[in-house]
Amino acid sequence: MTIPAGWQVDIGLEIHAQLKTTSKIFSGASTQFGQLPNSQASVIDLGMPGVLPAVNGVVFEKAVRFGLGVGGRINRESRFDRKNYFYPDLPKGYQITQMDQPIVVGGSVTIDLPDGSTKLIALTRAHLEEDAGKSIHDRKPNYTGIDLNRAGTPLLEIVSEPQLKSPEEAVSYARVIHQLLTYLEICDGNMAEGSLRFDANVSVRRINDEALGVRSEIKNLNSFRFLDQAINFEISRQVETLNAGETLSQDTRLFDPDQLETRPMRSKETATDYRYFPEPDLLPVVLSERYIDEIKKEMPELPQVRTQRYHSAFALPLADAQLLAQDRRLADFFDETVAKTQTPKTTANWIKGDLLARLNEASLTIAESPVTSEQLAELITMVDQDTISGKIAKDVFGALWEGRTTSASAYVHEHQLEQVSDQSALEPLIASLLKEHPKQADDLKAGKDKLMGFFVGKVMQATQGKANPKQVNDLIRGKIDQR
Amino acid sequence: MTDLVNETLLKDLTTLAQLPFEPEQVSSTLSAINEVLELVTQLENAETAEIAPLAHPLERQQVLREDAVTENIDRSQLSRNAPSFEDGLYFVPKVIE
Repeated sequence: MTIPAGWQVDIGLEIHAQLKTTSKIFSGASTQFGQLPNSQASVIDLGMPGVLPAVNGVVFEKAVRFGLGVGGRINRESRFDRKNYFYPDLPKGYQITQMDQPIVVGGSVTIDLPDGSTKLIALTRAHLEEDAGKSIHDRKPNYTGIDLNRAGTPLLEIVSEPQLKSPEEAVSYARVIHQLLTYLEICDGNMAEGSLRFDANVSVRRINDEALGVRSEIKNLNSFRFLDQAINFEISRQVETLNAGETLSQDTRLFDPDQLETRPMRSKETATDYRYFPEPDLLPVVLSERYIDEIKKEMPELPQVRTQRYHSAFALPLADAQLLAQDRRLADFFDETVAKTQTPKTTANWIKGDLLARLNEASLTIAESPVTSEQLAELITMVDQDTISGKIAKDVFGALWEGRTTSASAYVHEHQLEQVSDQSALEPLIASLLKEHPKQADDLKAGKDKLMGFFVGKVMQATQGKANPKQVNDLIRGKIDQR
Repeated sequence: MTDLVNETLLKDLTTLAQLPFEPEQVSSTLSAINEVLELVTQLENAETAEIAPLAHPLERQQVLREDAVTENIDRSQLSRNAPSFEDGLYFVPKVIE
């Protein structure tokens, strides 16, 4: 969008990411999505009297991984606090969260801007907390149904500084965080199942104003598109209100994707008094240097670093580098293959061409690919070494994909598909072809270069595609010149 | 000493605590609360500048558990004391934001 002239926009995002765990953050109930309502709400999730929370260790592992990924400070000692509010989807009457000593403080990520430049966005913090249940309003008139399966699902709330200056920047930032979370296997990134939800804090101010404007918080946006649309609407609404000489009041709003507008949430006057206090049921969580070092050791190369490596060290076009680096499994597959072929460009072309096309067609992920990196590497090496022609290689790839063979070399050998590079085998063939087609041969000599293709085609046909096209070209040229 | 809690604040607190506000009990409640608070206020005179804040009265650290499903959930048992439970859902008077 174009920001209205004379105005600037400040956006900060709070991203709630559901952590990929088997059990909940404070109970041993399952976190599996899509189960019967309330079949995964244990006594702890239901807030039954007398129960105590037990902290799932994996949530700290994942939060530390995130902290290392964004270069933030990991608090060696972090604590939980109670955030008190009354709502039926929160049976305890409070949410256990981290207020004073969150697990991660600071850090930053780099986003790409539409003009090709990049910008560093600072993070304020990332903290652990539990999710609430779900309210269902359309089941019974005058009643709200409550499903507490989601209650107690571990969340990492990632808070950015208000440094995003447009809806595009906000979406770009959200995408970078989404990629990082899935890359580091912190979150499955499944937006349709609500694994990632955004709250956007939006305010506008005149170009020369020093202080930030009055902000609105738009809650619970669950797609990049809604994030973009909601911010767009909110900017227009705020600018129009101020232009009309009215004032804005700080509020919390919901986005209506059907009407493409945001509306204020009806909230009780005192509802924002959360009365935080330290969670008495939980002790401080202390992480040792060794624990953090172990996680550090297992950190993968991050997507942006990887993209840069493919682009500069491998000389791949930026778009190809991004395509291969975006998915960790795909990038691992590429790295494994290149380690054997030593030809990054050819390997990249095979993966983004033949392999990805087939995977997309079959709706498979790279992890489910019937062709392994070893098999692909062997095939590519055979092309690189002129053992088989590019055309034959496509057929061999098909055989590997369909499981007709497990090894490119075995298949080629078995079907005698080796490229004919033997000059003594090709020369008589070319000589006889020129004799059979004297008119075309004369025309070629006279400068009708198009006819080169005619003869190369004939040779390929006679050798069933096994001849080396470049060599055939050279040999024909030699014979023609001698005419 | 001025009262720490006045009627307005008391009203807010009853709202937050989901307690009924009983006008006839206001003056007795206010004097009781303020008496207690006055007592507690004495703590503010203690010299604490040199003392590190206490994270938890037990000077120990949290033990983390393994990420495994250990709960066996019986919905019919757990929902027994809910006033309204149908088709697997707890029903409460309509709340809409």
